[in-house]
Amino acid sequence: MRDAFIHTLEELARHDPRIVLMTGDLGFGVFNRYREELPGQFVNAGVAEQNMTGMAAGMAMSGKCVFTYSIANFPVLRCLEQIRNDICYHNADVKVVAVGGGMSYGSLGPSHHATEDLAVMRALPNLLVVAPGDPVETRLAVKALVEHKGPAYLRLGRAGEPVVHQSEPAFELGKAITVREGDDITLVSTGGQLYDTVAAAAVLAEEGVQARVISMHTLKPLDTEAVLAAARETGAIFTVEEHSIIGGLGSAVAEVLMEADQRPQFFGRIGLRDCFTSICGDQAYLRAQYRIDTAGILETVRGGRAGQLSG
Amino acid sequence: MGETTIPAADFAEIRALAWRLRRHTLEMTSRAGSSHVGTNFSMAEILAVLYSGVLRVDPARPDWPARDRFVVSKGHGAAAVYAVLAERGFFPLQELETFYANGSRLAGHVTKTVPGVELSTGSLGHGLPVAAGMALAAKHDGTSTRVFCLLSDGECDEGSNWEPILFAPQHRLDNLVVIVDYNKIQSLGSVAEVMELEPFADKWRAFRWAVREVDGHSVEALWEALHAVPAEAGRPTVVIAHTVKGKGVSFMEHQLLWHYRNAKGDELDAARAELEAARP
Repeated sequence: MRDAFIHTLEELARHDPRIVLMTGDLGFGVFNRYREELPGQFVNAGVAEQNMTGMAAGMAMSGKCVFTYSIANFPVLRCLEQIRNDICYHNADVKVVAVGGGMSYGSLGPSHHATEDLAVMRALPNLLVVAPGDPVETRLAVKALVEHKGPAYLRLGRAGEPVVHQSEPAFELGKAITVREGDDITLVSTGGQLYDTVAAAAVLAEEGVQARVISMHTLKPLDTEAVLAAARETGAIFTVEEHSIIGGLGSAVAEVLMEADQRPQFFGRIGLRDCFTSICGDQAYLRAQYRIDTAGILETVRGGRAGQLSG
Repeated sequence: MGETTIPAADFAEIRALAWRLRRHTLEMTSRAGSSHVGTNFSMAEILAVLYSGVLRVDPARPDWPARDRFVVSKGHGAAAVYAVLAERGFFPLQELETFYANGSRLAGHVTKTVPGVELSTGSLGHGLPVAAGMALAAKHDGTSTRVFCLLSDGECDEGSNWEPILFAPQHRLDNLVVIVDYNKIQSLGSVAEVMELEPFADKWRAFRWAVREVDGHSVEALWEALHAVPAEAGRPTVVIAHTVKGKGVSFMEHQLLWHYRNAKGDELDAARAELEAARP
């Protein structure tokens, strides 16, 4: 996703002098070509995320379209008030980009895990919250974000995630992508969990359960139509996110369902259950430990179905 | 910058404007029952000078792209900022009566919805990073826009100010001018007691800024300092304006209490009388 992001931004920036990429002194080796080709559209703000974010707002107020970039919580929580006051309140055209969403940087430890970012960002007025599911969605999201004039948060994984979409899907911010059709249950995924979710759906299909898989790449504004259709047309909804179950995708979907007439027979949230990781491990290991990988998804789905759907 | 020619100014008129700002802010804060009259008084001459020929702004076109930017980071100085904008015709003077009131656009901290305001502030330590971004954008675009940013002394406690103080000289932002309203009193005590800034000018020099120190109530000194920018080519400029909190009303001067208190009854009468006696 990281490479899809930077390559797409570079293509766009070449034809759009408004685009400026700011980094908080991170992205070793990632920005080499961008820097060489577009030195006037690149700023290294140093290890100073609050200043980077405030400056991005100031540049946007002067007509620029600014992408701020750093790892995990650094461009998000470290400078939360700058995002709220300087960017969102002023509706400034700044896209905050975090690489390392969820536990992408697993073994680096919880300081480098972004597992509450979606909840916090979702609460801010004027801010779009976008978490693409694979490199293809990332490319499409970056293009759409440049066209969208206003604040956004773009949560990426890291480099080398598997491609889920074999062909380019129709993409619109705020409009979920149905990755797999199914009428028995619905799995709603956001961000880099999409691959594991699709894998879980394939296993369920072998067991005779047809799972609809929705990539909710935009968490805000949420595609409520897709959620309500899933509630109407399938028997259960499970949300899957590499994030706390508090305030993220699961909460967003639950809010829609509780206010609607359509409720699924069963609803379950798959995510981190209000915890920090307490053990070292890479992303796959931690996903397995915290039961949010393919096996974890299957475990929750089977439990939900056994308890609520059978008999 | 030796070649800089300082244009002549009608200092009597600038002093008269500063006096009117004090009178407006006294009435605004007492009517509203709001805080911060002391800080509004300490910045009166700074604002009067800026809006008397330093800032290239046009009240008829507040969004004129080539304008200079003035970012008020000490957002609690809102009353005086609204007063100077109204005095200069950005909106009607009469609207000052709605300061703090329900349904008004004149909120207690500087707010962008008011014509002439560049940035909503109120949480300290936000203005300078944004100002640095505006200055950087002007450099990228090769425009002659200058960015002025007014800080309080208390907000220099905020680490987020020292990040752009490091950044601006690195990027040679000589189109950025910081003015510090150094009135020596912050929220819970004197600056010396709470978080000493001295040696203040040396700190800025060590961070590679061009430093000017002036009497922040001398319109002549402010005029000279704010016209001779950048004070050194290739560097951002800081004008440390030594001021007096509550300046202009004897019983408010140097008093922490008037960061919070607003004048009512006899106190209001006494303050009005003192200002009237000092009418230019």
